[in-house]
Amino acid sequence: MDIVVCVKRVVKTDSKIKVGADGRSIDPAGVEFVLNPYDEFALEEGLATRERLGAGTVTVVTLGDAAAEKELRTALAMGADKAVLLDAGDRQLDAHATASAVAAWLRSVPHDVVFCGKQAVDGDDSQFPGRLAALLGIPSVTEVLKLELNGNTFRAERDIEGAREVVECPTPCVISAHKGLNEPRIPNLKGIMAAKKKPLDKIAAQLGEPASEVASLELPPARPEGRILDSVNALVDALRNEAKVL
Amino acid sequence: MSQFKAPDFYLLDDLISDEERMIRDSVREWVDREFMPIIEEHNRAATFPMHLVPQLGELGVLGAGLEGYGCAGLSPIAYGLILQELERGDSGLRSFASVQGALCMYPIHAYGDEAQKQRWLPAMARGEAIGCFGLTEADFGSNPGGMLTRLEDAGDHYVLNGSKYWITNGCIADVAIVSAKFDGVVRLILVERGTPGYSTNTIKNKFSLRASVTSELVFEDCRVPKANLLPGVEGLKGPLSCLNQARYGIAFGAVGAAMAVYDEALRYAQNRIMFDRPIAGFQLVQNKLVWMVNEITKAQLLVWRLGNLKAAGKMHHTHVSLAKRNNCWMALECCRLARDILGANGITDEYQTMRHMCNLESVITYEGTHDIHGLIVGREITGENAIA
Ligand SMILES: Cc1cc2nc3c(=O)[nH]c(=O)nc-3n(C[C@H](O)[C@H](O)[C@H](O)COP(=O)(O)OP(=O)(O)OC[C@H]3O[C@@H](n4cnc5c(N)ncnc54)[C@H](O)[C@@H]3O)c2cc1C
Repeated sequence: MDIVVCVKRVVKTDSKIKVGADGRSIDPAGVEFVLNPYDEFALEEGLATRERLGAGTVTVVTLGDAAAEKELRTALAMGADKAVLLDAGDRQLDAHATASAVAAWLRSVPHDVVFCGKQAVDGDDSQFPGRLAALLGIPSVTEVLKLELNGNTFRAERDIEGAREVVECPTPCVISAHKGLNEPRIPNLKGIMAAKKKPLDKIAAQLGEPASEVASLELPPARPEGRILDSVNALVDALRNEAKVL
Repeated sequence: MSQFKAPDFYLLDDLISDEERMIRDSVREWVDREFMPIIEEHNRAATFPMHLVPQLGELGVLGAGLEGYGCAGLSPIAYGLILQELERGDSGLRSFASVQGALCMYPIHAYGDEAQKQRWLPAMARGEAIGCFGLTEADFGSNPGGMLTRLEDAGDHYVLNGSKYWITNGCIADVAIVSAKFDGVVRLILVERGTPGYSTNTIKNKFSLRASVTSELVFEDCRVPKANLLPGVEGLKGPLSCLNQARYGIAFGAVGAAMAVYDEALRYAQNRIMFDRPIAGFQLVQNKLVWMVNEITKAQLLVWRLGNLKAAGKMHHTHVSLAKRNNCWMALECCRLARDILGANGITDEYQTMRHMCNLESVITYEGTHDIHGLIVGREITGENAIA
C-alpha cells in the first residue's frame, strides 16, 4: 500500500511568539519549531497501517522552506521510508494554495491513502484535508478517532454532537487524524541514526495563487491583573456594576 | 505533558548536531511519558521499574556508545546527553543505564572474546539480559586494589571466593562482572546467576537511590567456567577503565538532576506569593536561582568539552575526574538551594528536589568520592600522590 502523510512545521505551542516586522507573520527568531502535533497522529497511523499489512511504503510530504527538512527528518526517524519537500521558499500560502500544490504533486505519485493531521496548530483553520480531497476528487473522512482497514475499505469513527459516527470509505482517500486515534511512537535512537540515510527529495512546488491572504497579525491584549475582593457583597457589586454580567 | 523546560542559558544547543538534539529530545520525551508518572511510587516503595527495561532496549539507550552487536554506535556527546536526560528523571534510572552500558557491556566489548560478545552484548542492548559490576567490597571502597575476593585454578574451572558490597543491579542481574585477584593480579570474570556458590542479598533501608537495586554478591566456592574470564585485560586498569566510562556518563547525568531541580525551583519561585509578590522578585531568591543557572551553565560547558575530547581520542581520566567531581558537587548544591526556595513544600515528595538531593548523596560518593577525584586531579597537577 502506498501511504502518504502530509506534515507541517509549526511553532511549538508553548513558545512566546512575536509578530514579525511585516505585521503579517511570526518572527521566527528564538522560537522553537516542531512537527505539528496532529500530524504525529497521522504519521503514527500511516506507520501502524504499514506494519499491520506487513508491506507498503510511507512517504511524508511537506510544503515549506528548507528549514522544514528538520521536521521531515523527525518523521523519517519515527519510521517513514522517504520524505518529499515541496519547496515554496518563504512564501506565505493559505490552505487553498497549499492543498493545490500538494494535490499537483500527488497526481504524479501513487497513493492509496493520504493521512493528515486534523489541523495545524499554527493557523488552526482545518481546511487542508478537505480541500486536498476535493482537488483530487477522492473521498475524505476528517477528525478520525478510530480506524480499521478491511481490504480496500477504511472504517472510520468520529465524534459528532452527542454521538459516534461510523463512516466507510474506499481507497484512495484522505483521512485526517484527531488526538486519541493512537499514541505516536517516540523515535528510537537507531531510527534517528537511520533517518539521515533515507531519501529526502526536494522538488519545486507548483504554486498557484492563494485564495486568501493574511492582512495583519496581532497578539491578544494582555490580561488585566486580577483583584481580590474582601466580601461577597463587594463581589456581587463588582459583577453587577463594573462587569455588568448580573 | 511535563512542564519541564531545560535551562540553556548560553544557547549550547547550537553546539550539538541535529541528530544529537533529536536523540536527547527522544529520551527526554520518553522520560516524561513513561518514567515521570511512576517514579515517586517506585521511590516510596524502593523498587526499580523493571517493566521499563525492555523499553530502554527498544529506545536504544543501553550501551548506546558502543559499535556493533546491536548497539547504536552514538557519538560521545549523544551518549552523554542520553544519561543527562535519564538522570533528569532519577539518578536510579541513570545508574541502571550506566551499569549496564559502561560497567558491563563496555568491558565485554573491550576485553571479551567473540563468544562472550555474541552471547551477551545483543541481549544486553535489548534489555533482555541485565548486568552488574562487582568491584567494591565492604572493607575496600576507595581502595579497591586491596580487595580480598580471589580466583583459583581448579583444573577445568575456576573457584571464586569472597563478597562484593554496594553493587547496583546485583539482585536483578543475569550476569555479574566480578573483579577478583588471580595469583595477586586483578582479573574480570563473568559470573552467571544460578552458578553454584553464587548468591545475592538486597541492601535495604536506603535514603538514597531508592528506585535502584543495591546488593551484596556472595561467592562461596563458586565454580565458574574457564571460558568466562575476560581475556583482554589484566590488573586494576581493567575495572578502572570501566569506571572511567561510567564517570563520563555521571558527569552528564548530574547536570540532568541539576536542571530538574533548577526548573522546579524557578517555576515555584515565579508562582509562590509571599508578602504580596512572587518570591522570585526577592533579591535573595534571585541570587540562589542565578547561582544555580550559573553553575549549570558551567557544568554544561564542561561536559560538552569533555565529550569533544572523548570524540577526538584526547580524553584523559583526570579530565573525567574533574568533571565528575565538579558536576556532582554543583548538582547537590543546586538541590540544597532549590529545596530552600521550595520552603516547607520542598520536604515532601510532591516535589522532586529532595529525591534528587538524596540520590546525589550516592552519586557524589560512588565511582570515586568527591575527595578521591580531587586527589586524582591533585596528583596530576603536582606530581605528588596524596591518596596513599
Ligand atoms: C548506591 C550505591 C551504588 C553503588 N554501586 C556500586 C557498583 O555497582 N559497583 C561497585 O563496585 N561499587 C558500587 N558502589 C560503591 C562505591 O563505589 C563506593 O561506595 C565508593 O567507591 C566509596 O567507597 P566507600 O563507601 O568504601 O568509602 P570509603 O573509601 O570508606 O571513604 C569514606 C570517606 O573517606 C574518604 N577517603 C577515603 N580514602 C581517602 C584518602 N586516601 N584521602 C582522603 N580521603 C579519603 C572518602 O573520600 C570518603 O569521604 C556503590 C555505592 C553506592 C552508595
